[in-house]
Amino acid sequence: MKLDAKIPEGPLQEKWNRYKATCRLVSPNNKKKLDIIVVGTGLAGSSAAASFAEMGYKVKSFCFQDSPRRAHSVAAQGGVNASKNYQNDGDSAFRMFYDTLKGGDFRAREANVYRLAECSANLIDQAVAQGVPFAREYGGYLANRSFGGVQVRRTFYARGQTGQQLLLGAYSALNRQVAEGNIELFARHEMLELVLIDGKARGIIARNLDTGKIERHAAHAVVLATGGYGKIYYLSTLAMGCNGSAIWRAHKKGAGFASASWTQIHPTCLPQSGDYQSKLTLMSESLRNDGRIWVPQKANDPRKPGDIPEDERDYYLERRYPAFGNLAPRDIASRAAKERIDAGFGVGPQRNAVYLDFAHAIQEYGEDTIRERYGNLFRMYEKITGHNAYQRPMMISPAAHFSMGGLWVDYELMTSIPGLYAIGECNFSDHGANRLGANSLLQACVDGYFILPYTIGNYLADELRVGKISTDHPAFAQAEQQVEAQLQQLLNIKGNRTATDYHKELGALLYDKCGVQRTKEGLESAIEQIRALRADFWENLRVPGEAAHVNTELEKAGRVADYLELAELMCYDALTRDESCGAHFREEFQTAEGEAERRDEEYQFVSVWEYAGASQQPVLHREELAFETIQPSVRSYK
Amino acid sequence: MKIQLKIWRQENAKAKGKMVDYDLPDVNPEMSFLEMLDVLNEKLIRSGDDPIEFDHDCREGICGQCGLFINGRAHGPMSATTTCQLHMRHFEDGDTIYVEPFRASAFPVVKDLRIDRSAFDRIIQAGGFISTRTGDAPEANAIPIGHQTAEDAFDAAACIGCGACVATCKNASAALFTGAKVSHLAMLPQGEPESPERAEKMVAQMEAEGFGHCTNTGACEVECPQEISIEHIARMNFEYNKAAVLEK
Amino acid sequence: MSRSLFLRDSVVRKNLMALTGLFLCLFLVIHLAGNLQLLLPAEQAQVQYNHYSELLSHNFFIKAVSYALYASILAHALYALILTRRAKQARGPQGYAYDKRGQVTPWYVRNMGVLGALLLAFIIIHMRDFWFQYKFTEMPLDAEGRKDLYTVVAVAYQQLWYVALYVVAMLVLGFHLLHGFHSAFQTLGLYHSKYNRWVKWAGYGYTFIITAGFAIIPIYMYFTQNQPLP
Repeated sequence: MKLDAKIPEGPLQEKWNRYKATCRLVSPNNKKKLDIIVVGTGLAGSSAAASFAEMGYKVKSFCFQDSPRRAHSVAAQGGVNASKNYQNDGDSAFRMFYDTLKGGDFRAREANVYRLAECSANLIDQAVAQGVPFAREYGGYLANRSFGGVQVRRTFYARGQTGQQLLLGAYSALNRQVAEGNIELFARHEMLELVLIDGKARGIIARNLDTGKIERHAAHAVVLATGGYGKIYYLSTLAMGCNGSAIWRAHKKGAGFASASWTQIHPTCLPQSGDYQSKLTLMSESLRNDGRIWVPQKANDPRKPGDIPEDERDYYLERRYPAFGNLAPRDIASRAAKERIDAGFGVGPQRNAVYLDFAHAIQEYGEDTIRERYGNLFRMYEKITGHNAYQRPMMISPAAHFSMGGLWVDYELMTSIPGLYAIGECNFSDHGANRLGANSLLQACVDGYFILPYTIGNYLADELRVGKISTDHPAFAQAEQQVEAQLQQLLNIKGNRTATDYHKELGALLYDKCGVQRTKEGLESAIEQIRALRADFWENLRVPGEAAHVNTELEKAGRVADYLELAELMCYDALTRDESCGAHFREEFQTAEGEAERRDEEYQFVSVWEYAGASQQPVLHREELAFETIQPSVRSYK
Repeated sequence: MKIQLKIWRQENAKAKGKMVDYDLPDVNPEMSFLEMLDVLNEKLIRSGDDPIEFDHDCREGICGQCGLFINGRAHGPMSATTTCQLHMRHFEDGDTIYVEPFRASAFPVVKDLRIDRSAFDRIIQAGGFISTRTGDAPEANAIPIGHQTAEDAFDAAACIGCGACVATCKNASAALFTGAKVSHLAMLPQGEPESPERAEKMVAQMEAEGFGHCTNTGACEVECPQEISIEHIARMNFEYNKAAVLEK
Repeated sequence: MSRSLFLRDSVVRKNLMALTGLFLCLFLVIHLAGNLQLLLPAEQAQVQYNHYSELLSHNFFIKAVSYALYASILAHALYALILTRRAKQARGPQGYAYDKRGQVTPWYVRNMGVLGALLLAFIIIHMRDFWFQYKFTEMPLDAEGRKDLYTVVAVAYQQLWYVALYVVAMLVLGFHLLHGFHSAFQTLGLYHSKYNRWVKWAGYGYTFIITAGFAIIPIYMYFTQNQPLP
């Protein structure tokens, strides 16, 4: 596998402009002769599909949900970052670039991260033009809030539903193009295989989830915008249908998979209450603007939070990280919470939570102000837990959230397979080893609206000559056969355990061994356990029904089968990185104060994995990270 | 707690369906309603039965994909709550719970409790957007929008597209869904110019999809998980009538 | 975009429902104002009411308005039928096995069609008993030589069942108006977040005055006029 990041020459601030000025273009009347498949209709997928269609390409857009509007970008609450400097607090593209790179513990590409910061301002303009109702100040100008890991206010928001509003903006742009006839929409379709012809991505095999029919779709380029795989932990903040199958199957066809184990555990989620639990709801990080996190100073304190006096509380984030306090980045806040919980200071019936307390903020600003800022979150909290957080502190706990890892892509967002692109959360992206809050919506939108529409032309300019791609090519027949065989195999096991059963077991195992903290021994044993579980899966799985009808269990089984392979890769990825950085915390590598010990001399690279066959150890490739503009420093939020 | 369920089973769009009884002897009150159905499905699969198909995805009340008619009410008995946010603690031990799909001829049943709501997408396709190109937009702060206007627009834009408004409407009207989008975009200066035309096109599509008319009963705003007001229907009517009166 | 104004879609049809409804509301005010003369002392009422009736039936303008009125009633009813049929189609063939939607809205809001049908039946009875008699039958004359509609009314209102019928019909009208008045404004899109509430209260006030005003007449006459006039 050859890894060429294709980073343009020139000073950091000039790279993207230079690229745009020199990349090849497809002339307007030729674009309609080129087909692009976009899998996924979240922010990245919808924005890319809409942009392509507006430019004149013919687009086929796929999602497994019943409507593009339901993709999980919809659930992002807090906001989207942009270096507009509306607050006059000294923000700039460079500062945002630096914050993002530092937040990611210097494990991302300078050029990509700078481009992200550079395009961020455009995104806000774009979203406002689409009618996204961002919060406004009384003078009518856009309002901002702060988010974890930064010291400026650069987060734009639409109450606690920013993701929804941005997605509906992209969805409306997508629909406008559907109406124009430039996008063909395939809702309730799941991509099950990537089709390669002569080493280039030329189409996909998809299953119509309403009929069970297997379909072939051809195009000149395939864009994966399928989101993250945090659901691999079963209990996560993700939607039930979120999965890693599209990228995993692309990986098995040759796409490099980068930094698989870098999964963000979000510090402010609702704790698990029982084994029936299907997901852990996220409470926006924005709550940490006004909420203070604490646990009792006494272990297993049986008192109610209100009965514990101020001097017997441990505001551990404020104590450990005085400069950032409750707004310490996610990885640090999660680890600190887990440390307290594991040490016996956890609260709640299962002793698996910490308090997020608004009493001070309510005292200072009044309940009405807090209600205006977070009303919907407080209400959501009450619906799920039955408790009123205006009167008693919320109980929160860390949960799996975002995957920084994903398909390796170059500067043009192309994977190691020519013609296959990965955008948004499903690529290994710009967040390094830890993503800052409100950068996820940003990256998805910037990839889809502002980057890929340019870079894809650079590839497609050469593809005009090949003409229409036919689905009669033997490669399609072969891929289709493979898909049908796998579905049949899953159905034929007829064992006694359900896919969810396996998923739960895998999730618990992975969270334990490859979650907030990892150890060499843990990871090694996890690999053995995952292999055993996988073998058991293929022997004892039970999938009811048939492939030719609606069959949710069959969908789940396929996704779990992929998770059982991806999990192993995650463990290899974590095992081979003998350092702690961002979300990857190896217990063997920590400072005396329990902070991450990064080892730049040996690990200043991205691990890119090549698939080597079933149950074979994957092959590690390295993309060295060169820092030309800034010097990596010890990441401190103290 | 012990729960008896009566659930609508229907093999496919064309088959005839019926209510089927299920017993769950051991339901934890902290479970969400959908987790209770998960438990039932796991049980059904183990005993060799066909699990119940139902729509859901995010399970935090925002994607709009879940939507069940529970005990005679869209999304069940709680106000401002989607099916996924409904918890079993709101039921009593020994309760019988009826579970049916959202019904409207524009929402055909796919299987069991799963329905096809693509009609909503087509209503948006008819005009639920601002005709702007991606990639080059004017500076975001160039047009100030009053705080209250932005808040009001948000209230309308908060629609999650679940279809509870249609399910509860005696006329199976999609006026609240359509009105919310028309109103959201009409309130903002960016969306105002094409507003009458948008209203006209979206209403025509709503009609073509076979939704009924609105008689302003207000049931929709009561069942809407986002509590969207029927005032937005009035605004849609205003925009529509403006188009009819002013059209050249 | 071309449109055939009357039939194209439900918003247009609903506009017609609203406009005809509001026109009928306006008519009710005038009708009530005229009828309140019945509450005058008997002799004076007889003279004035019969004079008023004659005025109405001979004025060209009033005649024109009355045709608009009949047309409105018919259109209102006809569109209601069309819309009801459409709602049935929209709901689809399969109803809910267990339906508690009634918990969400007041009953009269959901049953405008039934209330409307009852009203139509009442209007037919009402017109047969008074309008038809006045127009098409020989009627006794009063002292001034005018058709004595007052006496016909007074006689009718001396039957308890007839008074009861009227009072019930006015209640039906009241519930129809309670929703209809505000709904018409909503349908026409004449709303404003702030003044919306005023329209609602105006609707309640209007409904009360119309219902009480019309209902009080037969009751009053029943109790005050149980002697037939000469």
